[in-house]
Amino acid sequence: MRHLISAGELSRDDALVILDTAEELARVSDRSIKKLPTLRGRTVVNLFYEDSTRTRISFEAAAKRLSADVINFSAKGSSVSKGESLKDTALTLEAMGADAVVIRHGASGAPHRLATWVHGSVVNAGDGTHEHPTQALLDAYSMRRRLGRLEGLKVAVVGDVLHSRVARSNVLLLHTLGAEVTLVAPPTLLPVSVETWPCQVSYDLDAVLPKSDVVMMLRVQLERMNASYFPSAREYSRRYGLDRDRFARLHDEAIVMHPGPMNRGMEISAEVADSPRSTIVEQVGNGVTVRMAVLYLLLGGSEPAIGGTA
Amino acid sequence: MNTILIKGAAILGGGPADILMKDGVIAEIGDLAGAAATLTVDAAGLIALPGLVDLHTHLREPGREDAETVETGTQAAARGGYTAVHAMANTSPVADTAGVVEQVWRLGQEHGHCDVQPVGAVTSGLEGRQLAELGAMADSAARVRVFSDDGKCVSDAVLMRRALEYVKAFDGVVAQHAQEPRLTEGAQLNEGEVSGRLGLSGWPAVAEEAIIARDCLLAAHVGSRLHVCHVSTSGSVEIIRWAKSKGWDVTAEVTPHHLLLTDSRAESSPVGPYNPIYKVNPPLRTEEDVRALREALADGTIDCVATDHAPHPVEDKETEWSVAAMGMIGLETALSVVQEAMVETGLLDWAGVADRMSARPARIGRLAGHGHPIEVGAPANITLYDPSPRALVDPSAMASRSRNTPYEGMTLPGRVVATFLRGRPTVLEGKLV
Repeated sequence: MRHLISAGELSRDDALVILDTAEELARVSDRSIKKLPTLRGRTVVNLFYEDSTRTRISFEAAAKRLSADVINFSAKGSSVSKGESLKDTALTLEAMGADAVVIRHGASGAPHRLATWVHGSVVNAGDGTHEHPTQALLDAYSMRRRLGRLEGLKVAVVGDVLHSRVARSNVLLLHTLGAEVTLVAPPTLLPVSVETWPCQVSYDLDAVLPKSDVVMMLRVQLERMNASYFPSAREYSRRYGLDRDRFARLHDEAIVMHPGPMNRGMEISAEVADSPRSTIVEQVGNGVTVRMAVLYLLLGGSEPAIGGTA
Repeated sequence: MNTILIKGAAILGGGPADILMKDGVIAEIGDLAGAAATLTVDAAGLIALPGLVDLHTHLREPGREDAETVETGTQAAARGGYTAVHAMANTSPVADTAGVVEQVWRLGQEHGHCDVQPVGAVTSGLEGRQLAELGAMADSAARVRVFSDDGKCVSDAVLMRRALEYVKAFDGVVAQHAQEPRLTEGAQLNEGEVSGRLGLSGWPAVAEEAIIARDCLLAAHVGSRLHVCHVSTSGSVEIIRWAKSKGWDVTAEVTPHHLLLTDSRAESSPVGPYNPIYKVNPPLRTEEDVRALREALADGTIDCVATDHAPHPVEDKETEWSVAAMGMIGLETALSVVQEAMVETGLLDWAGVADRMSARPARIGRLAGHGHPIEVGAPANITLYDPSPRALVDPSAMASRSRNTPYEGMTLPGRVVATFLRGRPTVLEGKLV
C-alpha cells in the first residue's frame, strides 16, 4: 500500500491489518511515555485546505507519537491564498522531502491529483464530498472494540449522505469488512444512484432503529436548509434526529456514533450524545491510534511497530 | 493557372476516380490519365470527402490567445480535414457586435487555412439580459447567420422566443446551449452512478432535456428555426425525434467525444482518476446515451457532428477537477473518432459521413460555398482521408496551441492526408501547406 486515498481500495486483509496494528499501538497509549521511535527522520506534511482542527491535530498527534517530523501547511496564510496551484504546492512539498502528505481539501479527487505529482505517500484526510477513509477506519475500529466484531453488524448511517465523505468511506469499508449498512436520509440527501451502492437505503429512521447495532449520525450543515434539501431544521430534527424517544427504541447493546463536530439538538440530542452508549469521545482517541497505524504501515516499512517490546 | 489532379481517389468510398480541380472548382471527374496539372496527388487507397464543415469551434481569439488563435485553430481545422469552421462567440470581447465578428472573419481570410464563419452572440455580453445587435452582425461583412450564447444557455424563455423570431428576418438560426442554470449550479459530472461514487456534484440529463423541449415548443410556436448544440443524452434525442416528427424546423449536432467517451473516464482512464481532461460541458454521459446518440446520428435525428473544439492552456487542466476549465479540443481527431464510432460499427458509410460532417452543417449554417457534393462545377473543397492506419493519439503533434485532447493514450483509426480549400491545398502529406 503506497497511498490511502479511498476506503474502497482496501481489501479485507488490508483493512484488518490496519485495525490489528491499531490494537497493538493502542497499548502504547496506555503507557506514561507514549512516544515510539518508529518514524524518526521521516517527514509528514499536513496539507489542510479546509479548517479542520480535530482531524489535523489527530494526524499531528499520530505522527508525533511515531517520532516523525511534522510540518503543518495550512491553506490560510500560505501561498495558496495567493493563488498557487495544487500542483506547485505539491512540487514544493516534494522538494522539501515530504515522505507523506496528509491532505484535506474541499475538492473531491484532490488527493488523487496530488498523488500524480508527488513521490511520497498521500493520505486522504477528507476530500470534498468524496471520501474520508481514516474516519471510516477509526469508526470500524471503534465498533469492533465496543461490540467485539464487524462481520454481520447492522449499521445505520443517518443524515446528509449526498454530501458526506464519511458516509461514502463507511459504506465501502464496512461492506468490505462484512457489516450490513443501511443509509437513512430524506430522499433529497441521497445520491440519485444510491441503489447501486453496496448497502440498503431507507427514508424511515424509526423502522431501521430497532434492528440496528450501530447508529451513526452525520452532521447536517445548516446551509443545506437554504438550498431546500429540507424545509426547516426542526422538521429535519423531528424526522431524522436521534432524540431520547428514538434512542429508547435501540436494543440494549446498540451504540451511537458521530464523526463530529455535532449539532446538538439538530441531528442528535445532548442526552444521547452524552450517554454511556455513545462512542463519540472514544472515536477521537481511537482516531489517533488508527492514524498511527496508517502512517506506520505506509512509511514504517518492515520494522515492527513497537520495536522489541511488543 | 492552378490545376491540381487527384489520382485514383475513392469518392465517398466508391470506386477510384481522378478529380481535376481548376480555378477553385471541380473541372472534371473520371479517368483523366492524360490531364495536365501543376500538381498531381496520388490518392490510391484514399477516400475523397467534401471539405468538412464545423458548426461549433472555439478559436479563442480575441482574448485568450494563450489557448488558441484564429491562425492555430484554423491550422488544426485544416489538419482535421475542415474547410470551414464556425467560430463561437464567447471570446473576450464577446462577438456581439459587427466589429468583433468582422475582425474574426478577416483574421480567417488572412490566414487562409480554412474559412472562418463567425457566430454572433444572442445576447449582449452573453449576459442573457438583452438581445445583441443581431441584424448588424447579419448585415456585416461576416454575414452572420448562426447566433449562439454557447457556454451559456439563453435560459430566459421570453428572450429565447424573441431571438428565435427576430432572426427570421435574415434567415438566421439560434444555436442553443441547452443547460437549465438552476439545475446545474456547481455541477461537475453527469449525475449518475459515477458522480455519486466520486462525490462530484451531479449534472442531470433533465437540465439539458427540459430546455430542448421548451425550445422546440417555442420554435414551433413562432415558426422559427432552432439548432441544438452538443446533444448529449438519450432523452434529448427522443425530444428532437418527436419535434422533427411534427415537421418542426429543428436541427441538432453531436460532438465526437459524446459519440465515444462516457462519464466512467472520470473514475478510471489511462491518465488517472479525476483527471479534468475529461471535464466538459455538457458532461460525458453513459453508455446508453452514447448508443442513443450514435443511432440518432445514423438515422438523421441528429443532423451533424460538430467538434465543440475548446482549447485550454495546460494550467487550466492540471488542477483539481472542480476548478478545472470545461472543454476538450477535437478538430484534429473528429474524423477519426467518427470513423471509430460510426463507420467501424457499420452505422454510417462514407456518404453518410460526408452528409453529417459537410453537407448538413453547411446547410444549417447557410454556407453557400461549402458542403457541396464532389461533382463537376462544385467548389473544390475536398478532403483526402486514409482510413487504414491506426495510431496512438499524440497531443504534442497537434497544430492546436492547446493540448487538452481526451484521446491521449488511445489508438484511433485514420489520417487526413490532404485538404483542399477552393482548389488550393491547405494540407498535403498530412502536413500544413
